[in-house]
Formats: sequence, structure tokens, C-alpha cells
Amino acid sequence: MIQALWKFEFLQNAFMAGILIGVIAPLLGVFIVVRRQALIADALSHITLAGIAASLLLGKYFTFWQGINPVYMGMGFSAAGSLFIEQLRKVYKHFEELAIPITLSGGIGLGVVFLSLADGFNSDLFNYLFGSVIAISRSDLIAVAIITVIVVMIVTLLYKELFFLSFDEEQAIVSGVRAKWIHFIFILLVAFVIAVSMQIVGVLLVSALMTLPVAASIRIARGFKQTIAYSIIFGEVAVLGGLVLAYYLDIAPGGTIVLLSALILLFVLLFKRMKQWKS
Amino acid sequence: MSTSNNLIDLQNISFHYGDGYVLEDISFSIPKGAFVGLVGPNGSGKSTLIKLIFGLLKPQKGHVQIFGKKINKFHDWSKIGYVSQKANSFNSGFPASVFEVVSMGLTSKLGLFKFMKAHHRKAVIDALHLVGMSDFASSNIGELSGGQQQRVFIARALVSQPEILILDEPTVGVDANSTSDFYELLGKLNKENGITLLLVTHDIGTITDKVTHVACLNKTLHFHGETNEFEQFNERELSGFYGHHVHVLSHDHDHGGI
Repeated sequence: MIQALWKFEFLQNAFMAGILIGVIAPLLGVFIVVRRQALIADALSHITLAGIAASLLLGKYFTFWQGINPVYMGMGFSAAGSLFIEQLRKVYKHFEELAIPITLSGGIGLGVVFLSLADGFNSDLFNYLFGSVIAISRSDLIAVAIITVIVVMIVTLLYKELFFLSFDEEQAIVSGVRAKWIHFIFILLVAFVIAVSMQIVGVLLVSALMTLPVAASIRIARGFKQTIAYSIIFGEVAVLGGLVLAYYLDIAPGGTIVLLSALILLFVLLFKRMKQWKS
Repeated sequence: MSTSNNLIDLQNISFHYGDGYVLEDISFSIPKGAFVGLVGPNGSGKSTLIKLIFGLLKPQKGHVQIFGKKINKFHDWSKIGYVSQKANSFNSGFPASVFEVVSMGLTSKLGLFKFMKAHHRKAVIDALHLVGMSDFASSNIGELSGGQQQRVFIARALVSQPEILILDEPTVGVDANSTSDFYELLGKLNKENGITLLLVTHDIGTITDKVTHVACLNKTLHFHGETNEFEQFNERELSGFYGHHVHVLSHDHDHGGI
């Protein structure tokens, strides 16, 4: 495999993109999970699909558009979707969770219609739904790298505000944290990370990479920083292990990554149970 | 008392959300070094009053002054510590250590894009010492009892070294023993550490032996003065104020020089 990694650029792209996504998806995932918004990643990934499909459709009619990576339009849709969700939450104050299924089903509906119009219903749809390693180009990798730098920088700079807001929003606001702005920036980051991650793991599985490593970490970590650290470690093990396994066993990488995350979670839960049982 | 001595001054405040006044013509002040107990039944406008002090609501009539400044000119919110009644209604599974929770109290003092340095970490430990929780610094907050959590939230409010601490029904959901320990701690912070306190509670009996000033609120201010004067505020009036009969428990008072 090492040889193949030297030889094939697409494998290099997949591994490097995987390493980066293994950091940023669980990093944002920690904040999403503790705010009990785990499903938001699902809604946004479906909206991203609509954006990618829209980009493919435009490419069919305008040749110049084909040169533009569809992931950027995916990001645009995802960002718009995140603002739409915030808006819906305000409209349905007493049924906040409604915002998720509305956005999710709207996104998949739009995506499927666009894809069928763009004649991309076969291979393209499959790649986007379940992820594909071969589909990752150098320009995709660059997009992932840029998003990684932005996410890590902003989360580091706004760490104490994000942490405070997640823990106790009311108190944070009283202490002068500008909640609206920080929410806005955060949800945009989530939208971007989902758009770039779904190339590897796919629409249906991207939220797993944001939540499963965190679910495992939260059971054993002491303190918030440790929760983040373990989440990233679990995320990396799942992504890298998943890619290697998928290569050797010739199975779908997206699914393998998610299954590995689930296995890690299971292992952590058993470990915790055994520890409790002993004491 | 001159205005300059008052950390917080409300002058002829009236406020309504929509229909009918919640607060009517309230004049209320907190002198430096005082321990003020603000009591009133549920729905008497206590929480609204707190929101007015923090500028989260704006009164339709009257003025709010904080540290001698008009509220819209006041920006140094780290001088005011706040412990809300919801402080211990957080998600108890939240993976934050006691140390991290107290660090949150430095957020506004540090400001955007700034990180904690060694002396900030020391301040966190000192605040935990002050409330007797330094042994628990690395425990997750959810593992503590309600009373211990409440102490941690006090430490969080104290870590930025505020001049005044505002506590909004801090003992809701805390058992009776812990509650009396908690009032003990507040009395100590006031007397020994010179921190001005505003304690909002519906529990009038337990606090009268600790506080230096009492204010009774129910839409209007029924009484506002020093605690020994409050003793003479007779039971009949208090019952009318609460809408049912109230026993005022007697306590031995020892107000020292305040």
C-alpha cells in the first residue's frame, strides 16, 4: 500500500484530505454535540448535496462552469442552509427541532431533482451519497486544506467564547459574549466542514464523523479540552484505519470509516462498563 | 447616602412587558460593602429587576446607574459577578472540569482573541480556594452535588474579582444543609473579603441574620432599609405583602460596624 500511495495521486489526496477532515469534523462535532444539535450536520449535508447537484447542472449548460469545483457551490448552499435553519428555529420557537427535517428533506429533494436534470443520477449520485476516494482531486484537497486552516484558527481564537456559550448561553451573554455573531460564525464553519468532508464520507455518513468520535470521547474524558483531544484521536483512527481497510478489502471507504467510528464507540462503552463493574 | 457610595442605583424605575406594570416606581440602591437581600414572592418582578440592572431590559421610566455611570455608558461588566438561578440547570453530562467552568468567568475580562496566562490560572485556583472547592479542580462539574456545583458557580463569578456579586435565587434545587452552608459562605465573602452582595430570594426567613439590608419587592418596593429596621416592619404588613400569613423568624443580630 505504501508503494501505491507513492504512485497514485488520488490515494495521496484521499489520505491527506482524510487526515485533515479527521481533525476538523470531530473538533466542531464536540461543540455541536454538547449543544444538543447533533442532527444539524445531517440537515446541512443534504443541503450540500443540492448545491453540488446544482453546480453539476450548471456545468451541463455552461461549459465554463465545468472548471469550477462543485464543492464550492455545495459550501454556498450549506452556508445558506445553516442560516435558513437558524431562521426556521425562530419561526417555530416551540418546535425548534422541526427546522432539521424541513431542511433535510428540502435539501435531498432539490438535490435529487437537480441531479436527474444533470443526468448525473448514476455514478455521481452514488459517489456523493456514500463518498468516494477516487473522486478527490488536487483542487478538492486544496479546498479541504484552506477550510482546515480557517476552522482551526477561528476555533482557537474564539475557544473561550464558544465554550462558554455552549455551557451556559444566558450567563455568557450577561458576561458580554456576543452570542449572535459567534453563533453565526460557528454555523458557517460547520457548513464548510460538512461540504468538504462529504466528498470522502458522503452525505449520508458525514454527520457520523462529527458525532460518533465525540460520543465515545465524552464517556471517558475529563474536562472539555480532553474531550476535544480524544474526539480528534478517535476521528483520526477511524478515518485512517477506514481508508487502509477499504483499500485492502476493496470496500466503500465512507462506510468503513463510519463503521470503525461505531466500533471505537462500542469499545469505549464496553471499557467504561468493565471499569464500573470492577469498582 | 451619596450616589458615589452606591454601586448600583435605580431611580424611580417603572417597567412593563406589555400590559400592566411589572415594576412600578422603584427606587433602590446598593451601597458599597452591603449585603442586600432582595425578597419577594414568585412573579414579584425580582428577575425583571435583575435584567434591568444588567441592561438586558430597558425601563420605560426612570434611570439605572452602575458605579456612578448611566447604564448605557457603563461597559466594565467584569466588575459585576452574576450567579443565576439556572446556573445549576446546565446539562449535567457536559464534559467540563471544575477548573474550566471557573475559567469561563474570565471570558469578558480577557476579551476577544486573548488566552489565559499563568496568573489567570492562579486566579482560578484562588477563587476555588475561596469557596472551598480547590480539591475538585479536575473533576467534571456533573459529578458534584448541587451544593458543590453552586460553590463552583460562585467561584466562576468571583474569578474576575468583581466588586459586587449578584445572586438570583442561587439555592433553588440545593438541599437544606448545603443551603445554610452556602449562606454561611456568602456572609464570609461579605465580611472578610469585602464583596458587596445582592441576594435575590423568595426565602425571607433564612437570610435575615446574614444580610445588612433588606428590600421587599412586589411590583412596588414595600420596604428598603437596613436589617434592624426591617425587624420593626411588622408581621401584619409582611403578610399583606406576601398575600398570606408569614412568620418572621427571629435571629440574633450582630451587624458589627456596618
